[in-house]
Amino acid sequence: MVNILDRKKTAAQIVAGARNQEKMSAYELINGIFENFFELHGDRLSGDDAAIVGGIATLADKSVTVIATNKGESAQERMLTHFGCPQPSGYRKALRLIRQAEKFGRPVFIFVNTAGAYPGKSAEESGQGEALARNLLEISEVKVPIISVIYGEGGSGGALALACGDSVWMVENSMYSVLSPEGFAAILWKDSKRADEAAEVMQLTPEKLLAQKVIEGIIPESHSHKRVCRAIKKTIEQEMKELMSLSPNELLVKRYERFRKF
Amino acid sequence: MQLFNELKTLGQQHIKADKKAGERVPSGLWIACPKCHQSLYHKDLGTYQVCPNCEYGFRITARERLAWLVDDFKELDADMKTTDPLNFPDYNKKLEKSRRNTGLNDSILTGIAKIQTEEFALGIMDPNFIMGSMGTVTGEKITHLFEDALKKRLPVILFTASGGARMQEGIFSLMQMAKISAAVRRHSNEGLLYITVLTDPTTGGVTASFAMQGDIILAEPRVLIGFAGKRVIEQTIHQKVPNNLQDAETVLERGFIDAIVQRRDLKQKLEWLLESHSKGGLVNG
Ligand SMILES: [Zn+2]
Repeated sequence: MVNILDRKKTAAQIVAGARNQEKMSAYELINGIFENFFELHGDRLSGDDAAIVGGIATLADKSVTVIATNKGESAQERMLTHFGCPQPSGYRKALRLIRQAEKFGRPVFIFVNTAGAYPGKSAEESGQGEALARNLLEISEVKVPIISVIYGEGGSGGALALACGDSVWMVENSMYSVLSPEGFAAILWKDSKRADEAAEVMQLTPEKLLAQKVIEGIIPESHSHKRVCRAIKKTIEQEMKELMSLSPNELLVKRYERFRKF
Repeated sequence: MQLFNELKTLGQQHIKADKKAGERVPSGLWIACPKCHQSLYHKDLGTYQVCPNCEYGFRITARERLAWLVDDFKELDADMKTTDPLNFPDYNKKLEKSRRNTGLNDSILTGIAKIQTEEFALGIMDPNFIMGSMGTVTGEKITHLFEDALKKRLPVILFTASGGARMQEGIFSLMQMAKISAAVRRHSNEGLLYITVLTDPTTGGVTASFAMQGDIILAEPRVLIGFAGKRVIEQTIHQKVPNNLQDAETVLERGFIDAIVQRRDLKQKLEWLLESHSKGGLVNG
């Protein structure tokens, strides 16, 4: 976790790394870290969004709830998941599973790799804004530990709505920002080609975000997916242990302070 | 709003009217309503700056709205200014210009207000301050308003108007969404009322947080309400979207707004809502 800090990468290189096609899929990640994953579908309101995968699994002999954004593997899957951009029903499914975890006292682990909430006609019609807003509101008082790991792109409100719990970690090659560097450059300089420059200004790298206390820490990454899973597992097990030692009230006070400081 | 007029003597009203007329001379031009495209003489918009043809409420400053909305107001956090956390190039210049145009130090005006005898915490976002974007000060003022309202056991009314998160403050803008939401939840847990009034435009991170968290969500007629921008949607799905996709009327039909209220009726309707929640409810006894 320390040695990555002296291998200096530019922000643009980190962005490229975060978007690398070699990143693990949601299922590979979940099965690489947890045992007995049992997938649960549907938001109980309007549908089942393939861009969010969730269910129950085992970690360190404990029952836990796992949620992950899913970009899909085949071309067809990628169409179905809108390249990993969740619809409102995806965010509603995530919230349903988080509430279910609370009821049964299970900690929640959320893995985020999304360019953002899906911007589409159907998404607007189904209340994308409302879905994100509700997650922020409700998750602020869910009485079980919620640990998020950003393992690729962490795009704006669509990532925040899955990273607003107690602890947020990022893998070495990942990013977390208010919008894409291209969008940022287009809006501010009317020139999306200045994305590399924007990436520097935006402070979207794990290192910068750790310094600003937006995240709790950085998980080293290697080409071996197995090793990445092992590193993530080690980190989140430790986090789970610490957070589960807190009373529900202590947990919620700490969670409030975590965002109140900004 | 009747009360507002009654408070002034006839003489005062004339002075005010005359002064305004004077200011209008150079800008007393024909303008087009951005919604129905009707040509209008500026004067025809009246006190509420509303299109007489389609009821669309023009974008006004927070202080202009305040003038006809409340009977009493004590401002909070008026001096709070952003620290420019990213040292963003030319940001300060932009801020200075917005400060001159709005008489605010950031994109929201907050305080404790009264309509008649109903006291409440009030926030009004100003679409003229860097497109009403939400920066760290916006977030801090809103959070503080909710915390203050919780302490004083007051309802909160927020008028939203925003292009979304403030790009110049990057990730810190994004964090405000979670910070405000947690404060909204604490306020709500005490059985206190929160009303949002969506004004033109309410989009992005503001829609995706406190705008959509009201117990009661009102909107002015024909305002733009959405999460993603129309251009972004069209570029993503490679097809044109209907012009009315993000009109308040469509969003209401889809089930995300309680009611659309004309600007001239807002004060009275809000007073009624405040009054009806201040007594007789199960929680507030
Ligand atoms: Zn009109």
